[in-house]
Amino acid sequence: MKFTLSWLKDHLDTQASLDEIVETLTMIGLEVEEVDDRSAFQPFTIARVLTAEPHPDADKLQVLSVDLGSAGDGTPIQVVCGAPNARTGLVGAFAGPGTYVPGIDITLGVGNIRGVESHGMMCSERELELSDEHDGIIDLPEGAPVGSAFADYAGLNDPVIEIGITPNRPDALGVAGIAKDLAAAGLGKVISPEIAEVGGQGPCPVSVDLSADGAAKFCPAFGLRLIRNVKNGPSPKWMQQRLKAIGLRPISALVDITNYVTFDRGRPLHVFDADKVKGNLAIRRASGEEELLALDGKTYTPTTDHFVIADENGPESLAGIVGGEDSGCGLDTVNVLVESALWDPLTIAKTGRELGIITDARYRFERGVDPAFALPGLEYGSQLVIDLCGGEPTQSLCAGSIPEPDLTIDYPVSEAERLTGAAVSSKDSAAILQRLGFEVSGSGEMLKVKVPGNRPDVHGKADLVEEIMRIRGINNIEPQPLPALAAVGKKILTTGQLRTRNSRRALATRGMSEAVCYSFIPHDHATAFGGGQDDLILANPIASDMSDMRPSLLPSLLAAAKRNADRGLSDLAIFEVSHIYRGIEPSDQHRSASGVRRGTARLENIGRAWSGDSPAVNWVDAKEDAFAVLAACGMDPSKVQIEAAGPDWYHPGRSGTIKLGPKVIIGTFGEFHPMTLELLDVTGPLCGFEIFLDTIPEPRRKTKRSKGALIVSSLQPVKRDFAFIMDKGVEAAKVLRAANGADKKLISDVRIFDLFEGQSVGEDKKSLAIEVTLQPVEKSLTDEEIDAISQKVVENIGKTVGGVLRG
Amino acid sequence: MSEIETLESGILAQIDAAADEAALEQVRITTLGKKGSVSQQMKTLGKMSPEERQVMGPALNGLKNRIADAITTRREVVKRADIEARLATEKVDVTLPVRPNPIETGRIHPISQVMDEITAIFSDMGFHIAEGPDIETDYYNFTALNFPEGHPAREMHDTFFLNPDENGERRVLRTHTSPVQIRTMETQKPPIRIVIPGKTYRQDSDATHSAMFHQLEGLVVDEKTNIANLKWTLMEFCKTFFEVDSIDMRFRPSFFPFTEPSLEVDVQCDRSGGEVKLGEGNDWMEILGSGMVHPNVLRAGGLDPDVYQGFAWGIGIDRIAMLKYGMPDLRPFFEADQRWIDHYGFRPLDMPTLFGGLSQ
Repeated sequence: MKFTLSWLKDHLDTQASLDEIVETLTMIGLEVEEVDDRSAFQPFTIARVLTAEPHPDADKLQVLSVDLGSAGDGTPIQVVCGAPNARTGLVGAFAGPGTYVPGIDITLGVGNIRGVESHGMMCSERELELSDEHDGIIDLPEGAPVGSAFADYAGLNDPVIEIGITPNRPDALGVAGIAKDLAAAGLGKVISPEIAEVGGQGPCPVSVDLSADGAAKFCPAFGLRLIRNVKNGPSPKWMQQRLKAIGLRPISALVDITNYVTFDRGRPLHVFDADKVKGNLAIRRASGEEELLALDGKTYTPTTDHFVIADENGPESLAGIVGGEDSGCGLDTVNVLVESALWDPLTIAKTGRELGIITDARYRFERGVDPAFALPGLEYGSQLVIDLCGGEPTQSLCAGSIPEPDLTIDYPVSEAERLTGAAVSSKDSAAILQRLGFEVSGSGEMLKVKVPGNRPDVHGKADLVEEIMRIRGINNIEPQPLPALAAVGKKILTTGQLRTRNSRRALATRGMSEAVCYSFIPHDHATAFGGGQDDLILANPIASDMSDMRPSLLPSLLAAAKRNADRGLSDLAIFEVSHIYRGIEPSDQHRSASGVRRGTARLENIGRAWSGDSPAVNWVDAKEDAFAVLAACGMDPSKVQIEAAGPDWYHPGRSGTIKLGPKVIIGTFGEFHPMTLELLDVTGPLCGFEIFLDTIPEPRRKTKRSKGALIVSSLQPVKRDFAFIMDKGVEAAKVLRAANGADKKLISDVRIFDLFEGQSVGEDKKSLAIEVTLQPVEKSLTDEEIDAISQKVVENIGKTVGGVLRG
Repeated sequence: MSEIETLESGILAQIDAAADEAALEQVRITTLGKKGSVSQQMKTLGKMSPEERQVMGPALNGLKNRIADAITTRREVVKRADIEARLATEKVDVTLPVRPNPIETGRIHPISQVMDEITAIFSDMGFHIAEGPDIETDYYNFTALNFPEGHPAREMHDTFFLNPDENGERRVLRTHTSPVQIRTMETQKPPIRIVIPGKTYRQDSDATHSAMFHQLEGLVVDEKTNIANLKWTLMEFCKTFFEVDSIDMRFRPSFFPFTEPSLEVDVQCDRSGGEVKLGEGNDWMEILGSGMVHPNVLRAGGLDPDVYQGFAWGIGIDRIAMLKYGMPDLRPFFEADQRWIDHYGFRPLDMPTLFGGLSQ
């Protein structure tokens, strides 16, 4: 909402400065977004042309000697000018070197035009953005004060203020309403001109029918008046200047009046050329086939949900939103119908949204205009038509009836203190509300407050507290500490939150960088990672490749790996801890921690080094990362089961699934399927993992914090090495389990220290070497005892996996 | 010069000449060994008269001891020289670079870091961290938050919709973290003090808007919390979060469907340079929206607005991260560009705490 300072002062008698007004507007909730104090126009000075001589070297140029009066130092200034109307004695607008000229977007300097110096210019109306006139320079009447600022003389010094209006304040969508708010805040007195009845001769010959289906609900009241024998033409300069200042294009007096009243009073009007309206008007639903060429030059086809104002020719206006071209007013209009109506805000909003039309009328009607001003608005508009275009009015008619506001709120005066912490007396509360147009009755601790029709946003006590608070000033509320709940706070994070946090830090300590990627990914990526179902597809994605809620974090990370690789960052270790979506219910949203390594971005080393180049990443790196997450989440990685092969998007022979029991899948890891990489257009070496944090069992709550006594053995552990030949397909986990099972009490550790596959051990065979650590408990082990356990290890491995001790 | 003296000086000369331990050992064998020259002399003692033995005994024993000592001394010297020679061959170039430490190269995303900072601050004020789903129903995202059907305020949100189900109902991607206010009130009785960090979505994209962004919602509900408490809480938060001793803040009346009265909050800033500086200058920058929880919202949460009251606020996590750490553009937050993460990310062990400082 834009307006000028002088316009505001039509409605507000105030001594306040522009700065005070701007500050107050913001602090009462009408946030000032921009102020143009128009200082850019101040350098232009009214000057007289003393002499105009032909330019020695150019037929169409003249050399002027210009007098700046009191603004100059007495020496005439030499200006080269090409305007045909430049002549001795002309009084116009002069701009000196250094002046920015808005109409041509140039800052002037001292020029030299064909050998003659020019110290500025005499401006045209277009150069000052006054009009499109550029046939000659501004030619002011003889009495114009030479030496004074042109802006003051021409009314270009009127500051323009733009405020952002929140959807709850339709009352501030007119200058009069803004003045009322400022006056309530103590910045002056409301002096909006009274509106008198225009009266008129005879009834309005055009009737308005509200009997159609839904019409009476959509249009509670419709005021109309015919004014005959008007003479339409340009609107007066003062009106044009105000409209231009707020960014509207003057069209003709009749049209400008409707725009002016819209901004002056927040009351949109419409004018029909009465001679183009056939028969009477009716408010009705559009047929769905009818087309309407609107005043914005576009053709609309409203549906049966939308209402039109129609005559015998069909729709003439999209009610409350935009008028029709066919019945619009032009310079040839002689008889005009002035409309001021009330429309249902929700229907206006829906119609405007569905047809994609944004107009000043829609903007106001969908927020709610003051019903009480509908008929005064008609009188105001009619009077302006008569004042500016002449003509003879008929009496006005009003179809339907103006609804009476019927909301009265019981307001306990203590409510302001309850909600804001600052007490406001009954008297002060009542005074503020009255200044804002509320009717207040009663006194003492309970007031009865009647809400005026221009405040559809006020429904209850809290709304009144806001009114009192904003007018009284929020700065009058002293901050008060929020009482502490406890001297020392307790743990506040949930298990899930802790896991998220710990996983992030754990992965970052492994040299990985955290990414935060969009929750939506391309449909084919989602499908390739087990998602892509219909209910997780966005109906209105911002881009076609951001369409599906992701079922896994991996596709985002792989796509990121590709983008980085394309920039030359081929070694990359990134992770993300975020949510994945398996359905639309809250329980379908899961926490996931996932990471991807590309190239040689391994934990120990990246890329080439004098101490040895890093090999390409593989499934082992991914498994280590996955285990790091498990450990960070309080899960002992030795307690999970690893099954060969992950889901379809992994390499079937180089990936695994991390499970807890037969059903619970905790995560996956490995290298990727070549078809997956091809689909995502990314190349390896790549490996990755994903851990579903919610599937990790909740740690058992410990009842005591003590870790118990440390028991260390004074007896030396004994290590024995074994190498077995076995089938290639035997899983290492089984070998370890078999070795461990040989003596659960004495064997404290088994580790695999060599894996060998080659011709020497036979096709389809491998050699696996293990180191078994025995920790004696009560006494040192004898050779016989050690041999016995060794024998058991060999037997177990032979029995369970068919491993044969290597000779 | 006696025979012994001649012998001794000869042997000592050999000891001095021995260049390594092997040569020295050779000297020892040829002198003190079984058949060595000194041992041979010692053997002659047995054939001597007692008188002679009395003179020659100490002389020869003295000789033997001095030779042994000389060999020991020489052995230390030779050994040291050997070690030094070996060490000289073992010299390396210690200026060769070592591998980067993963703890130093890993990075935490600024959003995670800022969430941890926020957690540190609000946990100290007695708040819990609440969460809710990204995919919401129209009811939780709008209706329960007092956005009437068809109200223009709904349009302010540029909502993402999911495909409608067979009944024509469609879920939305939450446009704010406020639905969690309702979800919390439904499951927890006052007093409530929660902050809700999370992802939010709007169909909007430019340098300061992204289709996905992060919000921090706050909610306090009890029987007496008011706007004076709201002002204090947000002032303390801003001061602590931006790590400044004082910061001018401006509370302006505004409008949000789910709060009444509603306030927007600006912080003092200086925009004169290319970068926005907080806590100085004469400009204001809007950073958050807040207000007293609307009576209709309390009712939707099952609470009586004449008994319970409180405030709520919402602030852009990405936005305050940008303000604090100087990122000029929001979009790269979600592009996973390693160069950006390296530059703007945080080291994994830089955990924000109140006792150690939020940032290092």
